[in-house]
Amino acid sequence: MSASLARHIATRLGTAIGVLFAAATLAFLLVRLSGDPVKQLLPPDATAAQEATLRHQLGLDQSTLAQYGDYLWGLLRLDLGDSLVYNEPVSQVIADRIPATLELAAGALVLSLLIAIPAGIYAAMRRGRAGDTGVMTAVLLGQSTPPFWIGILLILLFSVQLKALPASGYGTFAHLVLPAVTLSVYSIAVIARLLRSSLIDVLGSDHIRTAKAKGLGPAKVVLAHGLRNASLPTVTVIGLEFGGLLGGAILTEQVFSWPGIGRLTVEAISHRDFPLVQAAVLFFAAAFVIVNLLVDLSYSLLDPRVRDRA
Amino acid sequence: MTRTLIRNRLALVALGVLALLLVAAAFSPLLAPDDPAKQDLLARLKPPAWSDGGSLAHPLGTDQLGRDLLSRVIYGSRVSLLVGIGAALLAGVVGAAAGLFAGFRGGWLDRVLMRFADIQLAFPSLLLALAIVGFLGSGLWNVVLVLGFTGWVSYARVVRSEVLSLRTRDYVTQARATGVTDLTIMRRHLLPNVLPPLATIATLHIAAAIVAEASLSYLGLGVPKETVTWGSMLADGQLYLGTSWWVAVFPGLALMFTSLAINITGDALRDVADPKAYRR
Repeated sequence: MSASLARHIATRLGTAIGVLFAAATLAFLLVRLSGDPVKQLLPPDATAAQEATLRHQLGLDQSTLAQYGDYLWGLLRLDLGDSLVYNEPVSQVIADRIPATLELAAGALVLSLLIAIPAGIYAAMRRGRAGDTGVMTAVLLGQSTPPFWIGILLILLFSVQLKALPASGYGTFAHLVLPAVTLSVYSIAVIARLLRSSLIDVLGSDHIRTAKAKGLGPAKVVLAHGLRNASLPTVTVIGLEFGGLLGGAILTEQVFSWPGIGRLTVEAISHRDFPLVQAAVLFFAAAFVIVNLLVDLSYSLLDPRVRDRA
Repeated sequence: MTRTLIRNRLALVALGVLALLLVAAAFSPLLAPDDPAKQDLLARLKPPAWSDGGSLAHPLGTDQLGRDLLSRVIYGSRVSLLVGIGAALLAGVVGAAAGLFAGFRGGWLDRVLMRFADIQLAFPSLLLALAIVGFLGSGLWNVVLVLGFTGWVSYARVVRSEVLSLRTRDYVTQARATGVTDLTIMRRHLLPNVLPPLATIATLHIAAAIVAEASLSYLGLGVPKETVTWGSMLADGQLYLGTSWWVAVFPGLALMFTSLAINITGDALRDVADPKAYRR
């Protein structure tokens, strides 16, 4: 590994840690800005003594700086406190919900790649023709349609009209189908659009012309020479779009009552379960940072131009 | 420029839809057949006029409290447009100012602003909006503020990169040499040049903000329940999907066509501003 690559990785790691620190601070501040949690948690007729007890239990009788210090120290030990609603450590509450969210995300990702890659290649090869216009119109539709509306339409069609798939719940493959389709629509649109435009760029370059001149068929040219180069920018932007996917997961889980972290977050915000909200915000930020770090590092390892520039 | 826009028939249709929407929002009280909040419990969940059991009194049917859906869809456009345009304006002003200063002044200011932008980009924007609105409380202006301040980064980045290339132009150097202040250069010479890309981003951002507001309202964390919004109508309607599809479908269609029309207009604007990207 060259020194410049090591420096590049170190910079990226530094940014990732900075983002996580900012996320942690933001989560801490949001909870404090929202007014007195004790007043919000207790009924209006609670006595001053009850308030004082709860304040002490939550550690809110200390100065803000001391609370912030405790909070950061807890973070380092992965101790984020107990959920006010579930009465167990928030890390446990979140860990219980991770499998459901992972299942949904994996289902959506597989579906996205299966549909978006052929669609992007097809549109690029048919540039300017009816097939391209068709794909690009579908892309525009997919990017403009909010996931909860897609989910409702799918429930209406497949659960209410055809009675083919369950409208909510979790556990079997049939339960996964509609939520995964709902969540995948946006990423299908993003990936297909990007792959198309990067392929079009690559297909205009010299080495493709050479490949064609050698007498290779169009499929071989695209698959063997075009796709590999076009996939690099696409992979990078998929990492950046991961945040959109997380937002989509929050909405999708809500539509289908999917017992994942997105729905947990919305519930925690509604119930003002502030330790849980802090942990959920951090979880999402960490997921985003880790995915982008991996994408970024794989990109700089794969592409010598990035490696040298770094 | 106008010719390119006219040639793009899809964009013309989209502009037509947007014009309709603006009229609906501006003249809601005149256009809506009924008070959107008026309940009629004897006429609950009535289907649209063309279905069995429907009547012209409620062309799109009624919801679970017997409120007229057409009136609610028309009134719902107000919140959507207000939030969309408000958030885009706010983000545009903040982002353009940040981009102008970062690009023109450079140095530590540039580094701090751009690092800040990186950090904000690393946050899923819906989650950020959700957390802030969830804690600061719901309310129309809170939603505008949150969506405005979470959307400034793309404006700042584009303006900064434009300014970086503009600031070495002769007319800027000359203005500097003759003692024109930085603020005046930014206002008189740089800002007018970055307006076309700003307009494109703002258009696309309006659509994103409208969808974000609908998402927050769907989750029950956007504007207060009493205000009519497409997102909260969708959340209500989802409960009655099994028996009364129309309660969810009409606000959903309104939301989808609005977002689609704005995105098509934004894409057309980009094609006009950057013909090279169009031909690709």
